[in-house]
Amino acid sequence: MTAYLSIRNLTVTLTGGTPILRNVSLDVVAGQVHGLVGESGAGKSMIGKAVLGTLPRALTISTGEIWLDGVNILTLKPSQRRQRIGAIAALIPQDPLTALNPSKRIGPQITRRLVDILGWSKQVATARALELLAEVQIPDPVRVMRTYPHELSGGMRQRILIASAFAAEPKLIIADEPTTALDVTVQKQILRLISDMQTRHSTALLFVTHDLGVVSKVCDTLSVLYAGKVVEDARMHRFFMRPIHPYSAALLAATPTYTDPTGSLTPVSPKVIKAVEQEIQEHDMRARQ
Amino acid sequence: MALLRTFLLRLVTTIITLFGVAVIVFVVIRVVPGNPIAMMLPPGATEDDIAQLQALYGFDKSILEQFIIWLSGVVQGDFGTSISTRQPVAGLVLNRLPATLELSIISLIFAVLMGGTMALLGTRYRDGKAEGVIDVIAGMALSIPDFLWGLILILLFGVLWPVFHISGRISPALNIDFSTQFYLFEAILRLRFDVIYDLIGHMLMPALALAIPLAAIIAQLLKQSLKETMHLDYVTLARTKGYSEGKVITREALPNAVLPTLTLVGVQFTFLIGGTVIIERLFSYEGLGNMAIDAVINRDLPLIQGIVILFALLFTLVNLTVDILYVVLNPRLRNAR
Ligand SMILES: Nc1ncnc2c1ncn2[C@@H]1O[C@H](COP(=O)(O)OP(=O)(O)O)[C@@H](O)[C@H]1O
Ligand SMILES: [Mg+2]
Repeated sequence: MTAYLSIRNLTVTLTGGTPILRNVSLDVVAGQVHGLVGESGAGKSMIGKAVLGTLPRALTISTGEIWLDGVNILTLKPSQRRQRIGAIAALIPQDPLTALNPSKRIGPQITRRLVDILGWSKQVATARALELLAEVQIPDPVRVMRTYPHELSGGMRQRILIASAFAAEPKLIIADEPTTALDVTVQKQILRLISDMQTRHSTALLFVTHDLGVVSKVCDTLSVLYAGKVVEDARMHRFFMRPIHPYSAALLAATPTYTDPTGSLTPVSPKVIKAVEQEIQEHDMRARQ
Repeated sequence: MALLRTFLLRLVTTIITLFGVAVIVFVVIRVVPGNPIAMMLPPGATEDDIAQLQALYGFDKSILEQFIIWLSGVVQGDFGTSISTRQPVAGLVLNRLPATLELSIISLIFAVLMGGTMALLGTRYRDGKAEGVIDVIAGMALSIPDFLWGLILILLFGVLWPVFHISGRISPALNIDFSTQFYLFEAILRLRFDVIYDLIGHMLMPALALAIPLAAIIAQLLKQSLKETMHLDYVTLARTKGYSEGKVITREALPNAVLPTLTLVGVQFTFLIGGTVIIERLFSYEGLGNMAIDAVINRDLPLIQGIVILFALLFTLVNLTVDILYVVLNPRLRNAR
């Protein structure tokens, strides 16, 4: 199985030198779903941003390779990289309330890039947008194309963003906590929708979440991230049977679905945290040498 | 719906504002020393002559009576008779208005073009040397008021290196028969490029003097607003779609970033119109402002009143336009009921 996206030894640092991502390697196989789990602030979003070229200005990639469709995109010129990413990858963002441009109608927000970047004709782009809006189960797509974001609910907006992400048939989609900002009732539907769309379009999906319960439902493989370091990389089945890293095991024990739902949860113990912090320090020591 | 309500509300406040302005101007110009009638008559005129003329213009009555007489005239479109020229105020003022309007609007266009370009460039090359240069230029432009810019421009391009017109509105040699006072507008409609060139040539210096400080304000505010917008999620999402940084700025960020700038530009534009009074004088530009200064020197009370009311009306019209534009450009307000 060849990886469609392969990140090799990626280190991202703050301009001061503080590492944000530590020697991260992970693979997303074509047509499969790779989960990226870790607590808030672990650096999950930064991995996605490094791939898509949207890292904040304060952060720089100091070492590493990002292979996308057989090309190390870090070796490309910025304009080439941008175009390449725009053509074969897409993002499903975290917060649908802020990810649509408030001053533009929905239609152009989906179709403009198809016309501008990919050179489709306007009619084809519009037809494609309508088709996808129907596919993400938006009632009356023709009307919705003419509305502004503020007229739609969060769930509807996330469906639109999903449709928009799939519009150009990208080979890789990065979904950054795509259900976190939604109502609990809507979360399940959106999760199911993303999973269905991924299967139907056989897209590689990097699924970022802090929720192991969600991972178990949609992913084939996963990486556990702690303080910017991948502490475990595993196939789903093996991971849930037998997590290797103590932090992974503790994380699993702290997830309601996998312990007795009625019973009490075990928080990640200070001992485990101490151990993993130690590991990070050792890594940084080695990196400095 | 939202537009109609904005409009009606503004109409009511406009009438109240204008009334207030009329009262204040009426009282103030009658309280300050200087007798306009005495100034009209040759030296050696008797007290009797003065009293007679004063009665003719109604200055012998109480301020309240004068105001009621004036107001009842205004309601019928009669703003009284100018003391210094003995012509109806309404005609004099309306005749000069187009010159000032054209100058103000050209200045505004200059300011938006210059300020907008600086803001866009500053955002494109933010956090670098280029942004620093733009900040310094804007800071300098802003720390010098419009009339001083006028003097600087006259010194530079009228005296040191005399390449631009620094006086008047149009070259007398052109000898054009205009059917309105909107020279520039008319020349554009008639596609008389030689005349357009001449008019713009005359306007260039005074318009720049008025535009430079406003351009600096636009540059600073719009750049700030753009830079804040650049962090928002929809801008980041647009980046992942393959748009260049320039396109991301102009297409995604700009339409949202202009909104806060728009309100301020409206307020600043009224200041700019106020600035024409001195700038027109400086460049001998035959507009309303130039006329206002003559009227004050001559203590031409009816004329001063007429000009001030017209300026006040202009200001409220500018504010109304800004309010309407704000609703039109903001989809969240447009659909609101
Ligand atoms: N704009 C920024 N400048 C500097 N540091 C940042 C910035 N954004 C995030 N970080 C830091 O990067 C780390 C990883 O953040 P992020 O990838 O957003 O975490 P998460 O796993 O919750 O998605 C955090 O420690 C955060 O403090
Ligand atoms: Mg995140």
